[in-house]
Amino acid sequence: MVTTVKEGWELVVGLEVHVELVTTTKMWCGCLTHFGEEPNTNICPVCTGQPGSLPVVNGAAVRAAALIGLAINCSVNETSQFHRKNYFYPDLVKNYQISQYDVPICSEGHLELEVEGSPVTVGIERLHMEEDTGKSTHLGGSGRLHGADTSLIDYNRAGVPLMEVVSHPDIHDAETAQAYVRELQGIVETLGVSDARMDQGSMRVDANVSVRRPGEPLGIRTEIKNLNSVRSLGRAIAYEAQRQIEVLEDGGEIVMQTRHWDESTGRTETLRVKETVTDYRYFPDPDLVPVHCPADWVDEIRAELPELPAAARARLTDAGVDEAQAAALVGTSGMLAAFDEAVATGADPRTVANWLVGDVAGQLSTAEVDFADSGITGAHVGQLVALVDDGTLSNNLAKQVVEHLVADRGSRSPAVVAQEEGLQQVSDTDELQAIVDRVVADNPDTVATIRDGNTKAIGALVGQVMKETRGQADPRATNELLRAAITP
Amino acid sequence: MRRPSRRRVSEMALSEAEVRHVARLARLDLSDDDVAELAPQLSQILEYAEQVGEVAADDVEPMVHPFPVTNVMRDDHPAASLPRDEVLSQAPDAREDRFAVPRIVAEDA
Amino acid sequence: MTSDLLTDTAAGLAARMAAREVSAREVVDAHLDRIEATDGDGTSDTDVHAFLTVVADTARRHADDVDQRRVTGRDLGPLAGVPLALKDLFTMRGAPTTVGSRILEGWVPPYDATVTEKLRAADVIVLGKTNMDEFAMGSSTENSAYGPTRNPWDLGRVPGGSSGGSAAAVAALQAPLSLGTDTGGSIRQPAALCGLVGSKPTYGAVSRYGMVAFASSLDQAGPFARSVTDAALLQSVIQGHDPRDSTSIDPVRVGRDLPDLLADLDAGVEGLTIGVVTELQGEGYEPGVLAAFEDSLRRFEALGATVVEASIPHASYGLPAYYLVAPSEASSNLARFDGVRYGLRVDAPTAEEMNAATRGAGFGPEVRRRIMIGTHALSSGYYDAFYNQASRVRRLIANDFATAFEQVDVLVSPTSPSVAFPLGDKTDDPLAMYLNDVATVPASLAGVPAVSVPNGRGAEGLPTGLQVMGPLLGDDRCFRVARALEADLGLDPVPSGANAVAPA
Repeated sequence: MVTTVKEGWELVVGLEVHVELVTTTKMWCGCLTHFGEEPNTNICPVCTGQPGSLPVVNGAAVRAAALIGLAINCSVNETSQFHRKNYFYPDLVKNYQISQYDVPICSEGHLELEVEGSPVTVGIERLHMEEDTGKSTHLGGSGRLHGADTSLIDYNRAGVPLMEVVSHPDIHDAETAQAYVRELQGIVETLGVSDARMDQGSMRVDANVSVRRPGEPLGIRTEIKNLNSVRSLGRAIAYEAQRQIEVLEDGGEIVMQTRHWDESTGRTETLRVKETVTDYRYFPDPDLVPVHCPADWVDEIRAELPELPAAARARLTDAGVDEAQAAALVGTSGMLAAFDEAVATGADPRTVANWLVGDVAGQLSTAEVDFADSGITGAHVGQLVALVDDGTLSNNLAKQVVEHLVADRGSRSPAVVAQEEGLQQVSDTDELQAIVDRVVADNPDTVATIRDGNTKAIGALVGQVMKETRGQADPRATNELLRAAITP
Repeated sequence: MRRPSRRRVSEMALSEAEVRHVARLARLDLSDDDVAELAPQLSQILEYAEQVGEVAADDVEPMVHPFPVTNVMRDDHPAASLPRDEVLSQAPDAREDRFAVPRIVAEDA
Repeated sequence: MTSDLLTDTAAGLAARMAAREVSAREVVDAHLDRIEATDGDGTSDTDVHAFLTVVADTARRHADDVDQRRVTGRDLGPLAGVPLALKDLFTMRGAPTTVGSRILEGWVPPYDATVTEKLRAADVIVLGKTNMDEFAMGSSTENSAYGPTRNPWDLGRVPGGSSGGSAAAVAALQAPLSLGTDTGGSIRQPAALCGLVGSKPTYGAVSRYGMVAFASSLDQAGPFARSVTDAALLQSVIQGHDPRDSTSIDPVRVGRDLPDLLADLDAGVEGLTIGVVTELQGEGYEPGVLAAFEDSLRRFEALGATVVEASIPHASYGLPAYYLVAPSEASSNLARFDGVRYGLRVDAPTAEEMNAATRGAGFGPEVRRRIMIGTHALSSGYYDAFYNQASRVRRLIANDFATAFEQVDVLVSPTSPSVAFPLGDKTDDPLAMYLNDVATVPASLAGVPAVSVPNGRGAEGLPTGLQVMGPLLGDDRCFRVARALEADLGLDPVPSGANAVAPA
């Protein structure tokens, strides 16, 4: 059930999503796009806006933009043009951002989502290419912009390729907004064109939120920034909708403004009021020539599209995986590939899904490790399933093996873990028979109880055997041997 | 060669308030004297330039590039960056290997 | 000997150096001495003040290096050892680039312009950086923040602009060659006013990488010289595709090589059809300018060319279109001068105030005017009437040229409506100053090549220029026609007259 706003009101949300591309070099120059390096080390005349420098388009970024566009069902425009968006800001080296304006590379697409079990379509207005800005650090004022007396700028990020995907205002609840962003994340990840990490800023989401009485024209919107997770996005939209409704019901007016989401207080706060629409003085960048995407090139790119999340989910559910698990497999970076690899070893798809989405994901979550960084491969999972199938591991032992896989980042295979950690099941009948005999001899009272008809008490004896074997006894064999020993 | 009469007041003339607005957009400090001097000068130039409205119907495609080419792109191969110190040495103020500016008041776009 | 080194052509000097009659060091020293003797710092009214920076030590070292390599028998380029004056908007690592502006005072660029690299690779020796109208905005070099340059033909007059320093340096025999840039006439007009050959190549023939931008869709670098051959030689050195400039012409992509400027240079005009642009003469042009121009037309006919009337119907809209397109682009190109990364900073409590104070103090009146015009022309509500409409007019003018070139091989006009005017004559009237560009902006807007060649004397015995315009990539044709006129006229390019720079 999606969260609805107060009765008598309709929420209208449009999303602007910025995605930083993982090209090797920047949008206009050959500087590396690496993050986390010493400040101002990946800079050159172009990305520091030195007088006389000129931009040249990174072909890989154009290709990536077209790929994303096709994946979100947009058309790729045959001719598009870069425009200059003129505004002054110290992190913007030329005091204009090269972006796209009336003719973006891609137009009019949509995403089909599943929100709480129902299909929802969100329209996409456009996808355009632009460049990122530098990064400011603020001195004084405890590192925040307000109250700082000096800002320091690092231009390593300046000129990193950005894609902006602008949705139509088709979203009417927070869950759909979240599903839309997750879907977009999954798509760009599947395409391998971005890390799409909201927490690290490689995916940035701005939400335009307004409310209205159903049937009335669109209300005045506010733009919410500083959304660092999908969860924040949902919370912020819900909060803002409620705030606007309260203002309107109190007879107030919504003021067009940019608001900042404060994760700690769970509120949005006014960042600045837009008195007038900013006059960006867009005009075609005379330093860059038009981008031409002929139909045959677009077909070529389309042919390269890998299986997208929606198709992957459908394939998994067709294979018997349940919907929630399918969504988790597709939505977790690297997991679908691991699933396919495991299934390719002959393992049952449902069993593989259970392990991946269940124990593996659960233990990784406890350990705060991303699956993609876990070192756990599809081959590991395939082997794990095989070891359970052939009786080498019980389910309990297999869970212990997973613990080891998580702890040592998949550096040993499950078979090696089982052997080195002594986790194989004891199903050697002679060895087990001796233990069973000893347990039966050591517990005459329990044996008597069982013989009196309280068959459930056998569990205590199984437990004893397990204890003696440190959990490695094959439970089924143990049961059989105990029954045989007790039966008069 | 045509040039407009200086006295004609065109609808394209700029008031001092408009001059101040444009100066804000262009982030240019202008003194009151500058504004007073610029308003008639800019009006005169704009009035002259306004002639472009006399020709070229909407169906004429605006020309941005004199030599028509498309798809000039680079391969995604790295090129050498500049030595940081050489770039920072040109900055009016640099600290902690970064470019330093006084307090930023406005938020970015 | 020294005076002979100063008056010789670049081609002549190169030949003598190749024959080891004279060393590059001697040639460079002679020119450095001439600069020392005539240039001054602009404080005296006999100072030419063509240079903002002279890199004497670097030039001498480079000359010695050329001489040394010549001794070891290395194959050197056709202009090896020839000195050159470089307009102060090409970046050159290790020397300041001011673009004639306070806002870039002290800036030492961290990289070389492509043109600078090409000059070095050709062993052309850069003597220094020349004065110019601030950010190339002007037609007299009086808009330089570092004082005006004077016309070597009459030190009381302007050399034209914006590349006035580069023109004056060559006219004053301080260098046999120089490079300027031409956005709406900034090479051709000073060439005309200083009695030189000046060429604006086809847009895209010369890389703009490392040229501080004024108006990106119009800016082109080109040569000044005292002979057509020298200008063609220098343009041959600097032209060529540059992958760092997206608008640079790539022969592979265009399916056509850049023109060979030397092959048919001396082929004459016999059999060519020369179109005289009706719209670029008559009212507003000085009688002396028109008389010299008409004399040249008669000479073309005598040389076997067919001279016909031709029309660029929208030419009269060129100037208004230009004075919208160029400032619009400039307003954006010059936004980066904000006191953050390089150049001037005027301190203020906030970044925004610092930007505005820096720009207010760092830009001169003409630059501010054009930033204002351009900002306004792009702003909401005015974009269509101004920038966009001007870009449409630009298309009409380009179409006019294309149509004209179906009938004629080249188009000609006077380069400038007047001879050099006295310093201060037009500084109070921006629009009057803009009218200097009336004949040169149409070719700029269309991107077509144009060469200005000396065309006989006008009023006061001052030089005038004839502009030869060709179709896109028809630069060779422009030079060929200019060469024919030059040979027929046989003018002495060395300034003469009562108020001229001191003889060599």
